[in-house]
Formats: sequence, structure tokens, C-alpha cells
Amino acid sequence: MSSNATSAHESGGFSRVASGDLDTTHGVVLYLEDISVSFDGFKALNKLTLSIDSGELRCVIGPNGAGKTTMMDVITGKTRPDEGTVFFGQTIDLAKMSEAEISTAGVGRKFQKPTIFEQHSVFENLELSMKADKRVRKTLFSKLRSEQRDRIADTLGLIRLKENSDQIAGFLSHGQKQWLEIGMLLMQEPRLLLLDEPVAGMSDEETERTGELFQSLAGKHSLVVVEHDMAFIEKIARKITVLHEGSVLAEGSMSQVQNDPKVIEVYLGR
Amino acid sequence: MRILLIGLSWLVASGALALDAATVNKLGFGDGDEKIAAIAALVAEGDPAAAALLQAAMDGELQVAGKRVLIVKREGAVDAATGAKVSPLPEGREDVIFNNRLRRELGGALAALWLISPDRAVRLAAAKELTGNADEAMLPLIKKALAKETDAGVKQLLELTQASLELKTGAKESRLGAVRTLGQSTNPNTKMLLLAILEKNKEGVFTEPDEDIRIEAQKSLRELEARLAWGERAGVLFTSVSLGSVLLLAALGLAITYGLMGVINMAHGELIMVGAYTTYVVQNLFKRTEFFDWYPLAAVPASFLVAAAVGMALERLVIRWLYGRPLETLLATWGISLMLIQTVRTIFGAANVQVENPAFMSGGIELFTGVVMPWSRIYIIAFAALVLFLMYCLLTKTRLGLFVRGVTQNRAMASCVGVPTARVDTWAFGLGSGIAGLAGCALSQIDNVGPNLGQNYIVDSFMVVVLGGVGQLAGTVYAALGLGFANKLLEAWQGAVLAKIAVLVFIIFFIQKRPQGMFALKGRALDA
Amino acid sequence: MAGGISRRLYGPRGWAILALCSIAIFVVMPLLNLAVPAHSPFHVSAYWVTLFGKIMCYAIVAVALDLVWGYAGILSLGHGLFFALGGYAFGMYLMRQIGSDGQYRQPMPDFMVFLDWKEFPWQWWNSDSFLWCAMLVVVVPGLLAYVFGYFAFRSRVKGVYLSIITQALTFAAMLLFFRNATGFGGNNGFTDFRRILDIPIATPQTRMALFAITGATLIGTLLLARWLTTSRFGRVLAAIRDAEQRVMFCGYDTVHYKLFVWTLSAVICGIAGALYVPQVGIINPGEMSPANSIEIAIWVAVGGRGTLVGPILGAGLVNGAKSFFTQAFPEYWLFALGLIFILVTLFLPHGVMGLLKKRA
Repeated sequence: MSSNATSAHESGGFSRVASGDLDTTHGVVLYLEDISVSFDGFKALNKLTLSIDSGELRCVIGPNGAGKTTMMDVITGKTRPDEGTVFFGQTIDLAKMSEAEISTAGVGRKFQKPTIFEQHSVFENLELSMKADKRVRKTLFSKLRSEQRDRIADTLGLIRLKENSDQIAGFLSHGQKQWLEIGMLLMQEPRLLLLDEPVAGMSDEETERTGELFQSLAGKHSLVVVEHDMAFIEKIARKITVLHEGSVLAEGSMSQVQNDPKVIEVYLGR
Repeated sequence: MRILLIGLSWLVASGALALDAATVNKLGFGDGDEKIAAIAALVAEGDPAAAALLQAAMDGELQVAGKRVLIVKREGAVDAATGAKVSPLPEGREDVIFNNRLRRELGGALAALWLISPDRAVRLAAAKELTGNADEAMLPLIKKALAKETDAGVKQLLELTQASLELKTGAKESRLGAVRTLGQSTNPNTKMLLLAILEKNKEGVFTEPDEDIRIEAQKSLRELEARLAWGERAGVLFTSVSLGSVLLLAALGLAITYGLMGVINMAHGELIMVGAYTTYVVQNLFKRTEFFDWYPLAAVPASFLVAAAVGMALERLVIRWLYGRPLETLLATWGISLMLIQTVRTIFGAANVQVENPAFMSGGIELFTGVVMPWSRIYIIAFAALVLFLMYCLLTKTRLGLFVRGVTQNRAMASCVGVPTARVDTWAFGLGSGIAGLAGCALSQIDNVGPNLGQNYIVDSFMVVVLGGVGQLAGTVYAALGLGFANKLLEAWQGAVLAKIAVLVFIIFFIQKRPQGMFALKGRALDA
Repeated sequence: MAGGISRRLYGPRGWAILALCSIAIFVVMPLLNLAVPAHSPFHVSAYWVTLFGKIMCYAIVAVALDLVWGYAGILSLGHGLFFALGGYAFGMYLMRQIGSDGQYRQPMPDFMVFLDWKEFPWQWWNSDSFLWCAMLVVVVPGLLAYVFGYFAFRSRVKGVYLSIITQALTFAAMLLFFRNATGFGGNNGFTDFRRILDIPIATPQTRMALFAITGATLIGTLLLARWLTTSRFGRVLAAIRDAEQRVMFCGYDTVHYKLFVWTLSAVICGIAGALYVPQVGIINPGEMSPANSIEIAIWVAVGGRGTLVGPILGAGLVNGAKSFFTQAFPEYWLFALGLIFILVTLFLPHGVMGLLKKRA
């Protein structure tokens, strides 16, 4: 197992760790320990420790500047922690890997602002994010196999964009873009999905469907959802983590968190 | 020329003393050798009347009539020996002819006499004149002058001359002393004197037979070289600061338009050129007036205003429509730069034009012999500092500065709180362009003014901003000075072209490491 | 496909146009130049053959720049450097082919005799071999681009920053090549070529052969670029242009993608430079001036970036206009060129191809 992880970065991100191979013997898919990040003196994360179980759906809330997005940046390799360790499964040290390697290892991320390929068609967006060999030489000669086409078609159905398959993604509505990005994430077949404000800009109905989708994904995948929409959180949350000033303030079920005096003081009470 | 005049006035003022008649007669009637002897004798007298006589001889005002030697000037004639007025002029006068050899003698003799002038400037000029072409006969006079000399600069030069004379003739002891004195010099020419001592002839034998003197000369040479190296270093330091200030001026405008506003203005160099040509036009207007030396007072604001006006027009007409599309801005402003270059070529011609320094900016301070700090560059350093200070005040202390910073940090929010963002853009761009114009005004004093002026500075000024980091005035200053130093230090070591290449390659690698520049703040990274 | 990026090389209409162009290059031009007598009104003179040949070299460069700018979003202001390096590499061979026919009747190039050099500097090793120099044409620009790109892309230098340092790069190279000590003829560069592969270079047949080879290279470059951009690789490239973060988080190592297309583009430029030098008969450091490189960008912009065919049109239009102006009104060329820069960026963001598409 561990040889798999080391080879992932030794060979420059080309070899892949199939997410099925992820060593989650202790049932933990992601483990952050004592992570600190500071920008010019401002401590964005302050000894943050957090673990996500395999198959869990975790909601993360916290006021602005609490470090939610920075936490995702650290997990996905966009920001290097000043201190602390980030382990994916038991063996993969994410702090030493590039964004592409982390993605290949099985971590998918949805940005706060939907980022899709605006000039590509919806179909191509899904095709590009599909789990495949993503080295330069392979993409030069790759052709879509029929089972891959089927997978794209399935995902199109799941995110309800079948009709828009050939449409330029930039012309989709905001909510549809959010869905497309989620679809792209699913095409990567990640073990862990990080979702930054996934329902922002969605209609009530779309929000509802998104909640159902996430709940159906949990179990097979692990999800970390950052949201401000408390109604949405309430609907889907099993376990909630409250971040404040770069570290965990409270953790537990919705009612536990809501009744925590510290949380009331800094966040909910206001 | 000026020194000569001062010298003359002193001579004329005190030219009434009597001289030895026999000597004067020898100068007037004698043959070549007798004349030389007479000149030497006059020098030895070391008195102002002797100097006046020699000067008159030099100027071809010496005539003989009968037994008398006369100094004939336009305002009248005097007897050379007595100084008495001669009027009316006697008939049958003849010019006293001094051939080239005699004129050389006269020149040296006059210089020696000037050494005792009360005017420091005259003495300094005379001492300089004597270094390298003094004559053994003048040694006593130089010694005499040295004994009285109070000014350190003149004294140093004289000691040097004395040493070089003693080196040729004196006894071993005085020659040794002379060699040591040469070691104290700051004049690069003395190096030749010392090197000559250490020379070998074709057979490989030292031309200087005395070994002690050779050893002493070796020591002096080392001291001298060390001192000259320091002089050179001081020179490099000065030119570095000077180049740094020029780069700073060129880059300060960019620090606003690119650094604060984020507009890639490839025509920035041409705005510098516009400023330089404005200075040229203003200078021409002043040329026929008596106020020529004051033209910078008009040229500085004029170049600022003209360049700012051009810049604001560009912003309104072109750049405004391309905000947020940096690559397109780059191409469009490049097009503007081409058109500005062609405009200038059409109006002023393709050749360089001549911008003259006002009198107070010509010349310079001589730090060591050969190391001159030109006034023009000193003024530009001061000017750059002043512009920097004013810009700092403008950005931090005024409303416009506040608006500019607000708009560049958050355009939407600034607009919401009532800042007229479009107008602020125009004014800010005008300000940046105006500063480019000031840079052009300053550059016109030290560089060629031609249509390609801007092209020569654009790469450099972008490098300064890139190196200093976007939105950082302090960074711009450090980067400009740093680049100035790097360029000049490498230049002293490897030559100008390789220095430039080395600096460019360094910047290319530097940007890899710190893409946001030296002093950029590490902010919370936003989504790409 | 209704949307997105085409996956086909070309449709029937595209192939037909391509075939017509090939006939024009390989059949019509040779006939009009070589077979039709000089006094006939249909005769195409050597001047025009050289001009078209030159413009086709520029068109190859434009396609190469479009690959990196139009598809990967990397605006290089230093592509003239790669072009010139290819030209210099092949120029070395052409200089050696002069043999002892130079002005000094010496076996070394005139400028070396002039500088009183006794032997060839190391850069000229094996330069009398055609194959060696042909290899240098590809390897030197490619290697430089690879090394530069590796450092630039790895540290995520992009956008305007990248443009400015590519400009600094070509500027530095120009200063270097201006030096006599660099060993490439200083200011004057290489000229006075006599032979290529021991065949006299100035004959109509050689000229036409070079013209045809250039034409073939242009068509080949276009097809290669088209194939690249219609593959999944091309779609990844365009995705990098639009949202590089997302591409990285999809698991693509974007550095390798950019590096590949960047190096390929430089190599194509080098080949174009090598074809340019024997036709135009001179190469000097002026080719590396920042102004030259930025002009390449305007060819692409005029034609329409991200279209491949557009840049070819753009190179033709701008250089055609340049030839016309520099003969008819030399003093107005810079005005015209400046105006093209401004008008295209302000009013024609999709270039001529955008106009044509709107029509259609």
C-alpha cells in the first residue's frame, strides 16, 4: 500500500493511486493534524485538527474568515501548510503532493464560484474531468470508448443536463453550472469530495435535489460540505464542525452545535 | 579661459614694479638661449611684474624700439623694465618673436608664476598645468610656492610635480622621498611615472639602476593602485546611484499605471520621449533670450503637462475600453507607441535633437582626478528623490491618492461609495504619464533625445516594476536602485552588454521564484 | 457537434480550400514563374516568389504562436527569438557553403576573417554538415523553449508577467547576438549566401524549390496544429486557457501540457526561420528585437486567435500591407501598423475570421 503512495509523487504524478486502493483501515479517509497557515502575520488556520471518516457527510460552518476555504486549499494542495500534517487515508501525505497528484489520488473539489470550462460543451466538460490517464501523450491519441460514453451519459442524467449535452457550458444558468461542476467531480470518481458552497445561487428545488444527491453519495464517497445556507445544512447534516479563527470551535450533531454556548456566542447567536 | 582672465587681471593690477633691466633687455634683444635664460631669471624673481611681462610676451605684445623693450597694448604702452608709461609711441618698433620652443618655455614659466597668485582657482589651474610638463628650472619656484601654499588640493598637485622633478635629477635621498610622495597621489598619470621606474629595457635590464628606488617605487605603486581602485569604486557607486535614479524616474510612472492600476502600458517609454521632446521645444523657445539658464523651470511643468495630456487622451480613447484584458491592452498600447514614434519622426525628424544643459548643470565635481560627478546627474538624483517624495505625498495624503488606491483595490466597492471611478482612472493615468514626462525631461539632460528614446527604457522600466512588485512604491525604489547597482557593478566587471544580459537573465530567474515581485504581500490566494 | 470544439480535422469545404491552396503553391506558382516567359503579363517575377515565400514563413510562425496564445492562452512576446535561432542555425550552414568565395577568398566566413580569427569558435562545430545544422534548427529553439518554459510554468508565471519576461528574453538574446564575440557576425549577421547543398542559391529553380518546401511546411504545420487542437489534448489546452485551476483539480499536470505545446511551437518557429533565411538571404540580430516578436502577435490577432487559419490570413494581410506601404508611403507604415494594433484589439476581438463567421 505505502509503495503506492510514494510512487505517486516520485514519478511526477503520472502513476495513480486508484481510490479503491486507499488505505482506510481505521475508517478515516482524511486526517488533518495541527495545521497552521499564516499570511503575513494573519493566522488563517491555527492548529486545526479534523478527521473525516470513510463514507461520512460532514458539514463545515463558520463565520467569514474562519478558515473554511483555506482548509480546502490545504487539502487540495493549493496552499502549503506552515505546520502540521494532512493525511489521506493512512499512507498518503497530501502536504507533499501537487494539485494534480492530489486530484488523481482521489480528492475532488468544487469551488465557491463555479469553475467550469466555459468555452467547452457540457459533454466535453465531463469528458475532460473523467477518470482516465491524464498524461500528455495519452490525451493526444485518446478516443472515447463506448463504456466511457455511457458513463458520461449517466452523469448527464444524474445532474439533469442531458438536454444540454452539446451546449456551451458558459451559457448555462448559475444553478446548472453548479450542477455541472458537481458532475465533473463525480466523473473523477473521487473518494473524498470537497464542496465549497455548492447550493449558492440555486433555486429551492435545485437545492432540494442537491441535498438528496449528496445524501445518496455519502457512504460510497466521503463528503465535506461548506455552506452558509443553514436550512440546507439542517436538512443534510449528520455531523457538523464549526470553525472559528482557524481552529475547530465545536463538533457534533446539529442540536449539539446549536446549543453549544461558544458557538452561540461567535456565530449563531449573532 | 576663465582662469586665464582671472590671472591676467591680477597681473595687470600689480604690474607696476621695476624689473632688472639687463634681464628685460636679454628677453627683448637676446638670441634663443639668452631669452630662455631671461625667462628662467624672471621666474626666479617670482614677482607679479615678471608675470605680466611674460604674459605680454606670450600674447605677442612685446616690442622693441631703439634700446627699450616695450609692452604695447591697445590702451597704451609701458616700459617693460620700469613699468613707466611711454607716450607717444616711438617710431620704428619691431615685434619680439618667440618661436615654438620659446613659447613652451613661456607657458611653463607663466604657470609657475601663477602658482603664487592669491586666487586659489588660478593656483589650482596652474598646478594642474604644471603636472606632467614642468621643468627642472621651476623646482625652486615650486618649492617656494609649496612653502606658502595653504590649499590642500593645490598642495597635493604641487608636491606631485615636485616629486616628479626631483625624481629626474635629485640625489638618491630626495629621489626616494619623491617616489614616496608619488605613492600618495590620486592622479592616474603618476602611475606612468612609477611604472617607468620599474621598466626594463630590451636587454631585460632595469632602466633604473638603483634597487632601493625600485623597491620603493614598487611599494608606492601598490599604494597608488589601491587608492585609484577606491576612486574607481566611488565612481561606480555614483554612476550606480545615477542610473538607479534614472530608472526610478522612468519606472515611477509605471508604478502608478501598471503597479496600481494594472494597465500594461507599452507606450510608457514613448511618454518619456514626449517629455524629452517637450523639453527640447521649451529649450528652443528660451534659446534666444537671456533667460536660457532658467528654461528647466518651464520645461519641468511643461513636460509633465504635455505627457499627462497625451496619457489622459490615450486612456479616454483606447485603454478605457480594455480594462481587465491585459494582453489586449498590451497590444493596443504597443500600437500607440508606434504611432507616437512616427509622429515625432514626422515633426522633428528621425535624427537625434540637441538639448543643451543650462549653465548651472554643466561641469561637475571632481572627486578624484578622472572621477567626475557631473552636475546634471547630481541634479537628476535630487530630482528623482523629489518626484518620489511628491508622489508619495500625493498618494498617501490627498483625496486623489485615496481614490486611486480605493479604486485599484476594489473598483465595485469604490464605485458604490460614490467614487467617480472612471474619472479617477483618467486622472491616475494622467498622473502616471505626467511622471513619465518628467522622466523624459530629466533624461534629456544626460541622454540623446531621439524617436527611439522610449524604446531604450521600456524594457528596463518594466523590469523595475516587475522586480519591485505590483502596487509597491517602496519596491519600485529598491528595485530601481538595485538594478542600477547590478548593472553598473557587472558593467565594471564584464562590460555593458554582458552586464545587461546578466541582469535580464537574473530577472527571468527571479520572477520564477517570486512571481509577485520582491516586496509583494502574500495575500490569501483568490481563485484563478 | 453543435457546441464546443470541433473534433474533425476538416470538413469537405475545408479540404477543398486546402487542395486549392496546394495547387496554387505547387502548380500555379511554379508554372507562372518558371514556364511563362518573363515578358508575358502572367509571369510572376522572382520578387513576388520571394515575397510570398517570406510571408509563408511568417504564416508558419503565426500558426505556431496561435497554438500557444490562441489555445493555451500564453502570449509569447519572444517568438521572434526562436525564429531567429532557427535562422541562425541554418545560416551557419549557408555561411559554410560559401566556401572560399567570400570577399577575402578565405575558407572562413568574411566576418571571421575580418575579426582576424584563425579557427572556428565552438558554436560552429560541424556546421558544414547539412544534417547537423538541420538538427540544430530544431534542437536549439526547442531546448531553449523547454528550459525557459520549465522554469516559467513550474513557478506558475503566466499572463502579462510571462509576456514581459519572454520579451526580456528576446531582448537579452538580441544584445548577445549584437556582440562580435558571440561568434555570429555581430550587427551584420549572416548574408551573401551562395549555395545550398552545393546548388547555387540564386537560381529560379532553387528559389522555386525553397518556395514549394515552405508551402509544404506551412500546410503540414496547419494540419499538425489542427490535429493537435481537435484531439483531447487540444481540449485540455483550451481548458487550461479558460480555467487552469480547475484543470489541475481534475488531475492534469498543466505544466507538462503547457511545456509540450510551448516547445513544439518554438520548434516550428525555428523551422520557419531556417526556411526564411535562404529565401531572404540575410539574418541579423534585428530579427530578435522585441518589436518583431510583438508584430507576430498582431498577425495572429488580425486573423483571429484560436482559429489557426486566421493567423495565416493575418500574416498575409499585415505583411502584404507592409510591403505596399514601405514602397508607396514608407513614412506612414508605422502609423498604419499602430492603427492596426489599436483597431483590431478594440473592434475586432475575433479578427478577420470572426468577421467571416458572422457573415456566414
